[in-house]
Amino acid sequence: MTKEVKQVLVDMSVNLGGMKMQNPIAVASGTFGYGREYQDFVDITRIGAVIVKGTTLEERYGNLAPRIYETPAGMLNAIGLENPGIDVFLNDYLPSLRQDGVTLVANIAGNTVDEYALISRKIDKHPGIAGIELNISCPNVKQGGMQFGTDPELVKQVVQAVKSETKLPVIPKLSPNVTDIVSIAKAARDGGADALSMINTLMGMAVDIERKRPVLGNIFGGLSGPAIKPVALRMIYQVYKEVDLPILGGGGIVNTRDALEFILVGASAVSIGTGNFVNPAIAEEIAQGLENYVIEQGLNGINELVGAAVL
Amino acid sequence: MPLSEKGLVISNQRVGRDLWEMEFLAPGIAAESKPGQFVHIRVGDDHDPLLRRPLSLYDIDQNLGRITLLYKIAGRGTNLLSKFNPDQLIDVMGPLGKGFNLLQGRRVILVGGGVGIAPLLFLARELQARQNEIAVFYGGSSSDEMCSPDRFVNLGVGIMTATMDGSTGFKGLVTDMMKTSIDPLSIDYFYTCGPEAMMAAVAEYAVQHDIAGEVSLEEYMACGVGACLGCARKLKVTDNAYVKICKDGPVFPMHDVELR
Repeated sequence: MTKEVKQVLVDMSVNLGGMKMQNPIAVASGTFGYGREYQDFVDITRIGAVIVKGTTLEERYGNLAPRIYETPAGMLNAIGLENPGIDVFLNDYLPSLRQDGVTLVANIAGNTVDEYALISRKIDKHPGIAGIELNISCPNVKQGGMQFGTDPELVKQVVQAVKSETKLPVIPKLSPNVTDIVSIAKAARDGGADALSMINTLMGMAVDIERKRPVLGNIFGGLSGPAIKPVALRMIYQVYKEVDLPILGGGGIVNTRDALEFILVGASAVSIGTGNFVNPAIAEEIAQGLENYVIEQGLNGINELVGAAVL
Repeated sequence: MPLSEKGLVISNQRVGRDLWEMEFLAPGIAAESKPGQFVHIRVGDDHDPLLRRPLSLYDIDQNLGRITLLYKIAGRGTNLLSKFNPDQLIDVMGPLGKGFNLLQGRRVILVGGGVGIAPLLFLARELQARQNEIAVFYGGSSSDEMCSPDRFVNLGVGIMTATMDGSTGFKGLVTDMMKTSIDPLSIDYFYTCGPEAMMAAVAEYAVQHDIAGEVSLEEYMACGVGACLGCARKLKVTDNAYVKICKDGPVFPMHDVELR
């Protein structure tokens, strides 16, 4: 008897608010540079989407050192959006990046609503970017950043302003540093968001008892890593129930089980952030792990699992 | 080209108070390594402590594919590293960063403080192979916190030690010993790694005598490859922009760095 090899075909692709991803795994902004820094350690063509470092209108030098500090099962960072500015990104970095055949997502931050709109207009004129993630939640810059993400009216205004400048999918990244995440998510939807990215880091700090000073140069920083996973899951669960938009979920994902938890509470796709620092090949490994799971469960595609644990 | 490799631990032993030496086989990384570069190591399987630990290359045997590290137990991460046993596998990324400029046929001084001596051994080996005249100055607080100078002696490199408590060698600062032991007119270059106050004293002396050199810096790191921008440092030569210690360094021209 000849053994028949059964070709198993499952659909791992995701449509995140109009943005096509070959699989549900994205690497989070600020943890993967511009996609090239990790090229010796991971095949970036196997990642669903690469969300590049947050970009502002003008160049930013970032915060004083120390900028990072390890905490229990997590880390604090206060980089301060160091980046070369949108024009350098579009003219100098993007041309070689788009040759890699990777789904590239820009991440933008502005000091004003007009700045978000202007950056988006510039991006819209350049081919090679699949979507725009709006950083309205960075806890580490003095102007803009998180203040946009904690006021529903401002969230709506920013999203509207960006939507009027581009046809690309617009994905606001929500701050967890709010009392009512659902009201922020609804404001983003009302502004015309195509999908939601959640969550950004939780604001925190660390203290040096020898020097009797805060550890970070910026005093406060954003907490990430496995320590924040339960908070991220809870917020995604709440938003999935109330807001009819696809969610890019993340917060402390370091293995396939974690990714599945996010998908089961309503994330259509997931982003790996701090986990890249621990294992640079993690995005590729989790993409494969999810595919294996879908096959083992006898499903047709990953989409069947989205929100399955939401009661 | 850097790579990710599962190293096979050969030995891991205490060589001083809180000072350990680990040897492992990682032929791919060993073949690519240059003095002053570092490896980024996962110290456990779970996620607390979370981040990798950057450690400089103490010695390399490229024929055997063997990497030797010298490390000080300074916290939970390095404590976990000291628990590795022979035959265990260890998750290593490397070699990362830019190493030392390897001169040829010059007269050079190496100044190491504490565990900062680590990258200077591999450096001394490579400088020796390039016909340099080398003198090493090694300082620490006390002899029991320092490794044996034998590895330098075995290379045929002169090494002088200084301790703050006088338990071995010169009593006092290694930089004071160095200043009284060398003729600046006969020195072409300095290489230094250790506490920043020590490196600052070396740099000050070098400036006074118009001698160039390099320093190796340390900072909290997450990615180790220039992606997270966590290990930032300002250089005197680049207005307000920051360099990244993991990618642009950890070795920098001595006179470009504002030492703390």
